[in-house]
Amino acid sequence: MRLNTLLEQKKTAIVKKWFAATIATYPSDTAKFLKSQKDPFANPVGRTTYQGLAALFDELLKETDHEVIRSFLDPIIRIRAVQNFSPSQATSFIFFLKNVIRDNIKKEDFQAQLFNELLSFESKIDELGLIAFNLYMNCREKIYELKANEMKNRTFRAFERAGLVRETPADKPDLDNINICKEASNDL
Amino acid sequence: MSETPKPDELFSNIDYRPPSSGWMDTPVDIKKGIYSYAGNPKSLEYVGLPFARQWNPIDEDWSLPENWKEIISKGFRERLDRFRSIKVFMDICVRCGACADKCHFFIGSGDPKNMPVLRAELLRSVYRNDFTTAGKIIGSIGKNFKKIIGARELDLQVLKEWWYYLFQCTECRRCSVFCPYGIDTAEITIMGRELLNLIGLNIDWIITPVANCYRTGNHLGIQPHAYKDMMDFFSDDIEEITGVKVEPSFNRKGAEILFVTPSGDVFADPGTYTCVGYMMLFHYLQEKYGFDITWSTYASEGGNFGFFTSHEMMKRLNAKMYAEAKRLGVKWIIGGECGHMWRVIHQYMDTMNGPADFLEEPVSPITGTKFENAKSTKMVHIAEFTADLIKHNKLELDTSRNDHLKVTYHDSCNTSRGMGLLEEPRYVIKNVCNNYYEMPVNTIREQTFCCGSGSGLNAGENMELRMQGGLPRANAVKYVHEKHGVNMLSCICAIDRAALSASVEYWVPEVEVTGVHEMVGNALILPGEHKRTTDLRSEPLPGMEDDDAE
Repeated sequence: MRLNTLLEQKKTAIVKKWFAATIATYPSDTAKFLKSQKDPFANPVGRTTYQGLAALFDELLKETDHEVIRSFLDPIIRIRAVQNFSPSQATSFIFFLKNVIRDNIKKEDFQAQLFNELLSFESKIDELGLIAFNLYMNCREKIYELKANEMKNRTFRAFERAGLVRETPADKPDLDNINICKEASNDL
Repeated sequence: MSETPKPDELFSNIDYRPPSSGWMDTPVDIKKGIYSYAGNPKSLEYVGLPFARQWNPIDEDWSLPENWKEIISKGFRERLDRFRSIKVFMDICVRCGACADKCHFFIGSGDPKNMPVLRAELLRSVYRNDFTTAGKIIGSIGKNFKKIIGARELDLQVLKEWWYYLFQCTECRRCSVFCPYGIDTAEITIMGRELLNLIGLNIDWIITPVANCYRTGNHLGIQPHAYKDMMDFFSDDIEEITGVKVEPSFNRKGAEILFVTPSGDVFADPGTYTCVGYMMLFHYLQEKYGFDITWSTYASEGGNFGFFTSHEMMKRLNAKMYAEAKRLGVKWIIGGECGHMWRVIHQYMDTMNGPADFLEEPVSPITGTKFENAKSTKMVHIAEFTADLIKHNKLELDTSRNDHLKVTYHDSCNTSRGMGLLEEPRYVIKNVCNNYYEMPVNTIREQTFCCGSGSGLNAGENMELRMQGGLPRANAVKYVHEKHGVNMLSCICAIDRAALSASVEYWVPEVEVTGVHEMVGNALILPGEHKRTTDLRSEPLPGMEDDDAE
């Protein structure tokens, strides 16, 4: 568990660098704003991203619970899924953490045991990547669903207004038994 | 296996770094999900707009008229002479950046060209080049010097950039609240869109409603009989829920008051429940106090998409409401829960089609209150009218019928920043329901965040843009949802009701959207009503289930 102790000690620096690398995916003028404005209502993208990354890193240091991971990752992905990013750009920030951690571990600390721990920690980051992929797809599907529903509602309303659709009435029609063919009547 | 790419090769084409070039050197990239479809040429033709044609924003060739630069330049000159404000706004910006981070589209998209200062700079750069002495002198030294003074020539790329970004502004005016010079960037967008219309560049979600409104009287092109049919359905619903038959009157000459509301209230959920609320209120007032009001199937639209097209088109569409008021011989007008209708009435109507001297100064026939603010336009906002009724204790209300709701209120940009209507809707809400929570102070009242889909941007194809623009508002809704359990977002604008419904479905799906008068309708005790077991959405009221079911 030496790696975790080390990461715990360097947590603040790591999260800060992870955040900096993440917001560097935005144009430089935007990145400045995302970093400096601390009010969560004036800067929802920056603050949601920062809080999400900090919580994710905490969770990675513990026994990782997928549901909890999802709840921290979702707000960030939800934002990036509607911004001007390609799918890989939208989820790239997760893998930045690998480099940030490698940069924060001194060469002399790289003993065999630590190296193994690092590999398994990086596997957790890979898992995070897969969860992000699911979340990203959920968001995109939601967007298409919203688009489709708006179109469907509009079209259905148009038919409805034109009197071309009728809802099934609550009371059943009063019909005699109508048998289409003899066989059918025998079955009844 | 030798063909399997190495990791480095695999990722070499994934570039997550944004371009580092300056804004003038970053070419426009028109993206799917952000832009709206081009206007239908039939709609342009119907209202006499020039250069109606099929064109596609993502095509290289926009089939522009040959002399398009000349047309734009002439149009720009005319508007600089005609609108002193535009001339001033072009000159006085010092690029202090106070507005930069106040726009919901910038905050949500992260695209620097959505900073209000930069969006305005798209036009200003051309203004400096074509209409200022400095621009002309420096331009004559050499093209490369122009950048020093922030000037550039208008070319096809610049024009495309105008179109793309001027339709990423909802004219909400939040940025102008923070500008030390009071520059109204919405006016710059308004003028930019006017210029684009001179060469047939519009979007269909604006121009088709304009044509429909001009022809039939409302955005959707609903004909009078269909309008009445829909209201008949609502009457049936009211009877089912309350046991009371409500019979609104239409196009009735000699009525005291004309009621005009956005057609979205009649045809788009959840606005329809707000419409039901109006109908119940008017019925109540008629029964109790002999209130005399008529609806019109001709002035069947409060909204005015002409406002997003040109000053002339706005005037033309606004005039129909007053023409109908004159035709019916009413004394004054009550307007429903609408956004930009009120901005047009409050800021433009009086000098455009007014003063409405054939109408009388509005006085509530029930309380005797004179609506002095509406002295000239003769049109009173329904939130104000209802607040006055409640203040004078004229409504019998059972607020417990809204107890299943934990409500917050979204100030619509046009009614808050455009006309200062801040307290009345809150007063009404607090008097018809018991659980009310404000969103954070820098997201409400004058500082309210736009729904993200105003000024004609509530189309389906630009859903990503709408979600980007809707984020700051939804983020504040999420906060009150998590802190107080808020489950209902109320507003007084039909576009809001449509736009916010999609926005919260994406960002905070636990929250629904309502108009204020839907909650009034829930609480209002109609004379002779039976025990209600459902709200206006026909959903069971907790604790008020049918006795028979027990």
